[in-house]
Amino acid sequence: MAFRGRGGREIAAIERLSLDVSDREIVSIVGPSGCGKSTLLRLVAGLVRPTTGEIRLDGRAVTVPGADRGMVFQSYTLFPWLTVQGNVEFGPRLRGLDTAYCREVATRFIQTVGLVGFEHAYPKELSGGMMQRVAIARALANDPEVLLMDEPFGALDAQTRVFMQELLLDIWQKTPKTILFVTHDIDEALFLGDRVFVMTARPGRFREEIRLDLPRPRTLDITMSPAFVAAKRRVLGIIREEAGRTMGLEGAPPAAAGSA
Amino acid sequence: MTVAQPAPAQSALRGLLRGLGEYLRPQEPIPRQTYLGILIASAGGLIALWCVVTYSGLVEPLFLPTPTAILRSGADMTADGSLLQNAGASLYVIVTGWVLAVASGVPVGILMGSFKAVEALIEPVIDFVRYLPVSALIPLLILYIGIGTSEKIAVIFIGTFFQLVLLVADVAAHVPREQIDVSYTLGASRAQVIRRVLLPATLPGVMDTLRITMGWAWTYLVVAELVSADRGLGYLILNSMRGLFTDRIFVGLFTIGGLGLGFDLLFKWLHRRLLPWSPKA
Repeated sequence: MAFRGRGGREIAAIERLSLDVSDREIVSIVGPSGCGKSTLLRLVAGLVRPTTGEIRLDGRAVTVPGADRGMVFQSYTLFPWLTVQGNVEFGPRLRGLDTAYCREVATRFIQTVGLVGFEHAYPKELSGGMMQRVAIARALANDPEVLLMDEPFGALDAQTRVFMQELLLDIWQKTPKTILFVTHDIDEALFLGDRVFVMTARPGRFREEIRLDLPRPRTLDITMSPAFVAAKRRVLGIIREEAGRTMGLEGAPPAAAGSA
Repeated sequence: MTVAQPAPAQSALRGLLRGLGEYLRPQEPIPRQTYLGILIASAGGLIALWCVVTYSGLVEPLFLPTPTAILRSGADMTADGSLLQNAGASLYVIVTGWVLAVASGVPVGILMGSFKAVEALIEPVIDFVRYLPVSALIPLLILYIGIGTSEKIAVIFIGTFFQLVLLVADVAAHVPREQIDVSYTLGASRAQVIRRVLLPATLPGVMDTLRITMGWAWTYLVVAELVSADRGLGYLILNSMRGLFTDRIFVGLFTIGGLGLGFDLLFKWLHRRLLPWSPKA
């Protein structure tokens, strides 16, 4: 899989940005707030159209959203009127697949994210972490080629967040998918990613690519390894520099419309 | 340095004030028993005050009749069927007008809240009419339709329709954008997004709107019936005033209040029953 995006600065606030992602790779994207991280994901999802440039999935140009690119948002996007089961089988049902099959798919992914017993619960009865697990199961139930994750654990407390990171890696280990993971949490980016891209302040560009040759399956122990700590120090340094730039310490260009 | 000992009476007063202070912290919950106590004391106090000023003859019955007088008229009016007949006439008007307004206003509101083009199309009309009190339109409606039941239904319809459209449009406009975006990434077509996401997402808000507009509809009804009517609860009140039957006026008022409260509770019950998933249920 490969995609190339060159969104015009006036809408996307992303410039000269090119990224090739291989199959079953986890790519993390970090950057200061407002750098266009989310816009980049929305471009790949097809929710926003690039003014220039293009996004390719397996050689095909993508222009509209599709079930081949599942997305998980930071905010809780579960459909409150559907149960956990109903939410997870939403995608397969849209395609008019037969009810028994949809049920089976839902059951499998509810099991994957560890929510057996909550099939008939409504989202309002779930905690934030459980809701995000359902959102992941819902995206996976469509069997997408790419999973786009826009700060999916950003609203969770620290403990739940770590648990969710391990869960995500565990799921990936069992059923590898290409994952584009946007976050502002450096530890999270390094822990999950095969590669970590650091974006510059607006207009968003990739400033640095950090390849992490940390062994998989990963456990939290690797966050204490010298390689991890060195990478973290490097990313932290760049982020700090970029954040300073956005705050006008070095005469950053005025912020354009769009959010990240 | 020594501190002067306050007198016992003074310290008791201080204790009471401190106790009151405990219950007057902004937004702080108070014990349920205390809450119920204050509630009952308030309602009971009002009724007691009413009894005292009426039975003692302190206030003339022409202005405020005794509870027994009102109960007696209520029983009489129920027995001769006039109360039921008037309440029935009002209910028929209000329900018909409101149902027509809901049947047309909810779809228009959802369209207006969801599609910017529809909003631009409808906004000029709505923005003008919303500031026009429906009572101001009554003379025109009488001129067009006459003073019969249809005119009352038209008053309820116009009064409810425009407010309903605006409220429902607001509900539809506030369906979280992420829920729509995520549906597209799950493979939904535009029609599927509207039918399977947008519409169900508006249900709790629409349900609330229905409850609120039904409350307002009672106001429009009484205004319409006060202007011109030969039946209905508004007519009953006005007619009782002409005969100085203050007790009958109060029977009419209590009936309107009771029916309004009944509808409110009915809608709350329906909300819990039909939308168990709603955060408000």
